[in-house]
Amino acid sequence: MESICAKFVSQKISKTRWRPLPAGSLQTTETFATGSWDNEDNYVSLWSIGDFGNLDSDGGFEGDHQLLCEIRHGGDVMDLQFFDQERTVAASSTGCVRVFLHHTNHQTLSIHQHAHRGAPCTGIVCDNPEIVTVGEDGRINLFRIDHKEAVRTIDNADSSTLHAVTFLRTPEIVTVNSIGQLKIWDFRQQGNEPAQILSMNGDRVPLHCVDRHPNQQHVVATGGQDGMLSIWDVRQGTMPVSLLKAHEAEMWEVHFHPSKPDHLFTCSEDGSLWHWDASIDIGRSSTFLSQSISNQANVHQSMISSWLSTDPAKDRIEITSLLPTRTLSVNSLDVLGPCLVCGTDAEAIYVTRQLFS
Amino acid sequence: MEELDGEPVVTLIPGVNSKKQMCFDWGPGEILVCETFFNQKETSEMVPSCPFIHIIRKDVDVYSKILRKLFNESHGIFVGLQRIEEELNGKSRKAQLVRVSKNYRSVIRACMEEMHQVALAGKDGASGHQFSSQVSILSAMELIWNLCEILFIEVAPAGPLLLHLLDWVRLHVCEVDSLLADVLGTGNPSKHESFWNLVTILVLQGRLDEARQMLSREADANPASGDMCHILGDLMRTMPILSPGNTQTLTELELKWQHWREECERHLQDNTFAASPALESLCKIMLGDEATLLEQKELLNNWYHFLVTRLLYSHPTVKPIDLHIYAQSSLDMFLGGESSPEPLDNILMAAFEFDIHQVIKECSIALSNWWFVAHLTDLLDHCRLLQSHNLYFGSNMREFLLLEYASGLFAHHSLWQLGVDYFDHCPELGRVSLELHIERIPLITEQKALKVLRICEQRQMTEQVRSICKVLAMKALRDSRLGSALSWSIRAKDAAFATLVSDRFLRDYCEHGCFSDLDLIDNLGPAMMLSDRLTFLGKYREFHRLYGERCFSGASALLLSLMTSRIAPRSFWMTLLTDALPLLEQKQVIFSAEQTYALMRCLEDLTSRKLECEEPDAQKPQDDDIETTKLEMLRLALARNLARAIIKEGSLEGS
Repeated sequence: MESICAKFVSQKISKTRWRPLPAGSLQTTETFATGSWDNEDNYVSLWSIGDFGNLDSDGGFEGDHQLLCEIRHGGDVMDLQFFDQERTVAASSTGCVRVFLHHTNHQTLSIHQHAHRGAPCTGIVCDNPEIVTVGEDGRINLFRIDHKEAVRTIDNADSSTLHAVTFLRTPEIVTVNSIGQLKIWDFRQQGNEPAQILSMNGDRVPLHCVDRHPNQQHVVATGGQDGMLSIWDVRQGTMPVSLLKAHEAEMWEVHFHPSKPDHLFTCSEDGSLWHWDASIDIGRSSTFLSQSISNQANVHQSMISSWLSTDPAKDRIEITSLLPTRTLSVNSLDVLGPCLVCGTDAEAIYVTRQLFS
Repeated sequence: MEELDGEPVVTLIPGVNSKKQMCFDWGPGEILVCETFFNQKETSEMVPSCPFIHIIRKDVDVYSKILRKLFNESHGIFVGLQRIEEELNGKSRKAQLVRVSKNYRSVIRACMEEMHQVALAGKDGASGHQFSSQVSILSAMELIWNLCEILFIEVAPAGPLLLHLLDWVRLHVCEVDSLLADVLGTGNPSKHESFWNLVTILVLQGRLDEARQMLSREADANPASGDMCHILGDLMRTMPILSPGNTQTLTELELKWQHWREECERHLQDNTFAASPALESLCKIMLGDEATLLEQKELLNNWYHFLVTRLLYSHPTVKPIDLHIYAQSSLDMFLGGESSPEPLDNILMAAFEFDIHQVIKECSIALSNWWFVAHLTDLLDHCRLLQSHNLYFGSNMREFLLLEYASGLFAHHSLWQLGVDYFDHCPELGRVSLELHIERIPLITEQKALKVLRICEQRQMTEQVRSICKVLAMKALRDSRLGSALSWSIRAKDAAFATLVSDRFLRDYCEHGCFSDLDLIDNLGPAMMLSDRLTFLGKYREFHRLYGERCFSGASALLLSLMTSRIAPRSFWMTLLTDALPLLEQKQVIFSAEQTYALMRCLEDLTSRKLECEEPDAQKPQDDDIETTKLEMLRLALARNLARAIIKEGSLEGS
């Protein structure tokens, strides 16, 4: 990991997200968005890591990301997601959810739509045309991109703060809260009750982030206040399948690699950024298989998640720390293809374009 | 008190009438100032004075967007420096410290370059001017830092010292490079109007190889002076200099240097260069002739360049201890009584005198931020150069400066996170300062609160943890988010507040007949023991769950124990007894005879007390009616249950 590139940007970065590529595109991504927090003026910014003309041949500008455009954002950026190629959705500490439209031809951002709630909005997830938001008030809102008001609201969905949300299958979402619970909601069901509650036993450690395995929709990873990584199988049990000791402080984000799901990335308040590699070791795959598919005989080998194994996983997962030195909290990260971007409270954005080299 | 070093500078606050009485209050990093009405003799003239409260900030540079990068990047270096502690010794430690110092300098340089770009790009004059003045401040900081690095950290001995000083001058008088490119860019360099200036500067900076190349071009272009150029070029080539890899001793060098010098002098006496004044003057420079050097004032730019050139050509093996003598005389000669030394000159002079404290003091006065002195002092302290110096108010100088810097960071809206690590490395007053500052951070979101909490918890600052959790619990309570409020009070281990929130839950239950936030209450676990009321809430909810699951015997035992163990507040007993009604009316006997007696005792206890306290006013006949009906129903149910229980128990024993 020699080629990780840092840039100080004079604002504390709360979120970083790659712009998704058009379907079937063979290029690597070039643009990412960031959101800032805790500044007097916060911004949503777009950056490019593209090579500007021929400058990269001298090695002068290679890797350095350049600001494309930025727009002021009222309140801290609590979450940020790309809705599609042009539109970015940002959650604000003021409770607003805003959609920013990126005009590529003249590199500007404009506000498209917003909807208001009272308490800070902590998480969003998009699935065209829907946007689901969760907040500190324990409420879940479902928006449609062309409607100003919420289409569906679940009041008191949670008695504590909801920290993050993601889609499980299309009408189903999963949320994590500050008392260590994972709740699954089905928008086809009426009423304010979750379809399923899974929880950490014991100390009710708050969960801060959640991500779903890109291919296996029942495998979910969460990160907690104690820095533990938990892997859940939502089809069975109400407790995590495995608990992995990870960071020393809050785990702020966890992401499966979208196309190489055996790789997982986590970042934490303790200033570290980790790469978890669980690619199956051929020598040991037989013992692993026998344990994990005992009750599902006809599952194809490639379909088995390497994350669900119940044996002490430490010797199978290789962990690498990606940042050269410990800094202040790493608040956010995103991976796409061979590229990774993360943002820190030390006001730096780190980018690497050779994750697997 | 120590004496003041000069009159403090008066700062006029725009918008405040300085002739009127003002009042002020100290903040951690700021001062509040406003006008008062105090002592206004002409009361008839109550002119509305300035209605504003002004916030006066001490450390303005903290608010510069570009300098933020300096603060953030140097924070990382600072933290790294605190980690190289004692285990390293001798050479490797020194090498580490020099590397740290160079890192600091490269951050300053990067910042300076960006500032320079902005200053160039800035279209409006005012801000452009502001940026270019920042650039010159940053460049002065780097200049001072570099000199301190050579003298205090590197501690270069005689010989290498001069090489370092030459690098220092070359780095900071860098116009020559653009001039060089300019002259070489023309087809015929020797005809360029600045050609001789360029050669002179190269010689003044000791860049003799480059000077020689220029001379050979002149020789090619001008065969008449070709011989002279070659002779001078040879002198340049043969000048003995200490090269880093060379093992020759200083004495050898000095001997060789004397020989070389005599040869130069001989050429001068023989009038070898008489035909070319430019070449002759170059030769004189190489002999360290002070008058000739002073003729080149404009090319030298400043006295320290003069000093270094002078040393190069007349005292190449100068000892560190003698530096200040040459420095002082160079300064005097260079200024020539025409102007007085500026703050920068004084700082550099103090450094040449190896007076570290004077350097830091002058820098503190001259520079507009604490960043420089705090970091430099810390670094020098790690070189173990400052140990003996204690200030009259307790902490030492390093700590004092770090505290000032960190307080400035804490006054900033978002740089406060950096300040934490600085406070951590102030052994004496760091912790108290952090405690004072951390409580004053506005908490808008829970995420920010969690970050602040993490800082406090890592440092076992229990008092602050409690207060932050309480703030958040209060906020949640005000927004009627009881679950969240309860979570925060559990985290704060605040029993009184947990009781308050539990009461709210119970009141809501009494009003609506159902519990809210079940996901939390059902999962309280050991946190339930925090306060009696919370325990009651949790247990009472458990009773409802058992009842819902038709686990009647467990439910009834729990209900009774809630009253007999006195966990339930007396005001709630009536509700509990009413809850017992359906259990008493079940087909099978649930309460045993003994349990029924206990229930009856509770009921009598409650009613007798009620009579005692409700004597003064009995004004609610309707309420009383409901109450009495309830009581009668309860008594009836209890009596019937007792009868059934006695029969059942009797018959069971009999069988």
